Amino acid sequence: MTKKVLESELFIMLLFAGAVLTMPLWLAPIGAGYPDLMQKFAIFGLFAIGYNVLFGLTGYLSFGHAAFLGVGSYAAVWSFKLLSMNVLPAIFFSMIFSGIFAYMIGFVSLRRSGIYFSILTLAFAQMSYNLAYSVLTPITNGETGLQLTLNDPRILDAASSNGGALPSPTLFGLKMSGFEGFYFCAVLLIIGFFIALKISRSPFGLVLKGIKSNQTRMKFTGFNTRPYLITAFVISGMYAGLAGSLMAVTDPLAGAERMQWTASGEVVLMTILGGVGTLVGPVLGAGIIKYFENIFSAFNDRSLHEVLAFLPDGMENIVVTLVRPFVGEGWHLTLGVLFMLVIIFLPGGIMQGIDRIFGKSKKKKAAEAAAATARMGEEQHG
Amino acid sequence: MAEAEENTVLHIADIHKSFGGLHALSDVDLQVKEGTTHAIIGPNGAGKSTLLNVVIGRLIPDTGAVVFDGEVITGKTPHEINQAGVARVFQTPEIFSDLTVFDNVIVPILSKRDGSYKFNPMAKLSAQKEAHDEAMKLIADFGLKADDPSGSLSRGDKRRLELAMCLSQHPRLLLLDEPTAGMSRHDTNSTIELLKKIKEGGMTKVIIEHDMHVVFSLADRISVLAEGRIIADGTPEEVKANPVVQEAYLGG
Ligand SMILES: Nc1ncnc2c1ncn2[C@@H]1O[C@H](COP(=O)(O)OP(=O)(O)OP(=O)(O)O)[C@@H](O)[C@H]1O
Ligand SMILES: [Mg+2]
Repeated sequence: MTKKVLESELFIMLLFAGAVLTMPLWLAPIGAGYPDLMQKFAIFGLFAIGYNVLFGLTGYLSFGHAAFLGVGSYAAVWSFKLLSMNVLPAIFFSMIFSGIFAYMIGFVSLRRSGIYFSILTLAFAQMSYNLAYSVLTPITNGETGLQLTLNDPRILDAASSNGGALPSPTLFGLKMSGFEGFYFCAVLLIIGFFIALKISRSPFGLVLKGIKSNQTRMKFTGFNTRPYLITAFVISGMYAGLAGSLMAVTDPLAGAERMQWTASGEVVLMTILGGVGTLVGPVLGAGIIKYFENIFSAFNDRSLHEVLAFLPDGMENIVVTLVRPFVGEGWHLTLGVLFMLVIIFLPGGIMQGIDRIFGKSKKKKAAEAAAATARMGEEQHG
Repeated sequence: MAEAEENTVLHIADIHKSFGGLHALSDVDLQVKEGTTHAIIGPNGAGKSTLLNVVIGRLIPDTGAVVFDGEVITGKTPHEINQAGVARVFQTPEIFSDLTVFDNVIVPILSKRDGSYKFNPMAKLSAQKEAHDEAMKLIADFGLKADDPSGSLSRGDKRRLELAMCLSQHPRLLLLDEPTAGMSRHDTNSTIELLKKIKEGGMTKVIIEHDMHVVFSLADRISVLAEGRIIADGTPEEVKANPVVQEAYLGG
């Protein structure tokens, strides 16, 4: 009975929404309670949730999802330039364009599976990145990036002049900066999470899990797996487009670097760090990586000395020397170490750790371990 | 090519298949009658599994055709052939080893119900009442447990699970590739009983089996395959009495 309640949609959604909406409260003590950073958590959380619909459910590892992020940003900025500073049309067009783009890339890439699929997606994303710098400059404005200008037509808000200053994105007049901006992204994160929850518990979601587990069996069970995979790919591409448009909402500027392979790799790391195929894992992974990026990278020698001032002088210097490589520009090192520790000790990501702490039933764990061992055995036998 | 006789559900017509220089199947012509159990026996490497692969669309024959229910299915995709009513139990169980027993069984039920593609991401799996009940009943009939992770089942139970998955689709034609291999005597016998029960239900079956006890308990007709050719074909009595078969397979 209690298990049923704990696993019910309503309970999960209440818990998730509660945690997201109270972020300013519980993130403040660890120095992350300010809107800009929390907004990043929400945006990358959406990116990772969508990525997980593809990678987590079907097992297809895409290395090119940053392309959809970029398309989403460009579409949003164009919507700001041509139509209106209202964020809703921007989001709408971002999702449409990234969806179409994902359909085209998915249509070709999904002819292959495994590593060949990954390479194809990577190739497409890098191609988009390079094109954005070269041939597509009229659309992307090349290296400068696509920006708002005073001469933009903005046909829908023609009436409102902004006294010569550049306008900023709004939701029917509500400015999208500070806490308003965060709460707007937070609401979208909650909706995005809800949809992902529904998908993973639907017959459609089960088919995707079946494809991940044994695609051969799926085909001989009567499923045409290709359109299922394309659909999942498009959905995850649209999530990425949404995340890209929210980046443009936060800061109405779109540059090609958003499409670079490092950005594609980042979302893979987020998903794996949090827990592939789990619901909350990708959001956690996104939060942790963005937290490290912003908090750890902000430390320098002075702030370290301040934090460690309570230690005796000699000791303080030693500790600062030891810690220094891991913070500031070295934050990637911390992230790398954390990532390795998680992969080695918790291959199921942070969610696996949480499951362990809060004790999934022993029986289930043992069974899963047995299944994993059996799989490894099978793989060895070819 | 032999003319299709009456009541033929599956006609494997003059199939030839080779892998490089190896003639895995040569001039194989076989007719399976509605509602019968047709056994295919033969030594290892005779081409039995290859023959089933040709039927389910995993392999395309070099020449010849497979006619199911009056329609040529050669060249169709595996999912189309399954949707037409052909299900197969594989020699090494093909199940969803990351999913629970329940999920394994409900997936084929959904395929039968919804066809080869359906986009219903907002529907609740747990609200699919009929499919749910059907899966639970089948799982109980097979003595399996719905919540068990299927990856950790014993080999015999994996086979039974795969059989349950195939039966959940109520196929017109069920292909069984050594369904009792690796099972205990007790499980083998209960599988025989189960297959007999389905036979009363009128499902047509093709069964590949090395265990002669299983073959002679179930088969209405037996074809013997050796080195890719059918060397004998007939009722169990005829095949048992055939001197060529005794030499080639039954071991005298
Ligand atoms: N995909 C393939 N590629 C190359 N050779 C194959 C392939 N499939 C089967 N063979 C070969 O064809 C021959 C027939 O194999 P098949 O699996 O049909 O035998 P079988 O009668 O099912 O044997 P067993 O009783 O051992 O299961 C074997 O020599 C096998 O090595
Ligand atoms: Mg075989």
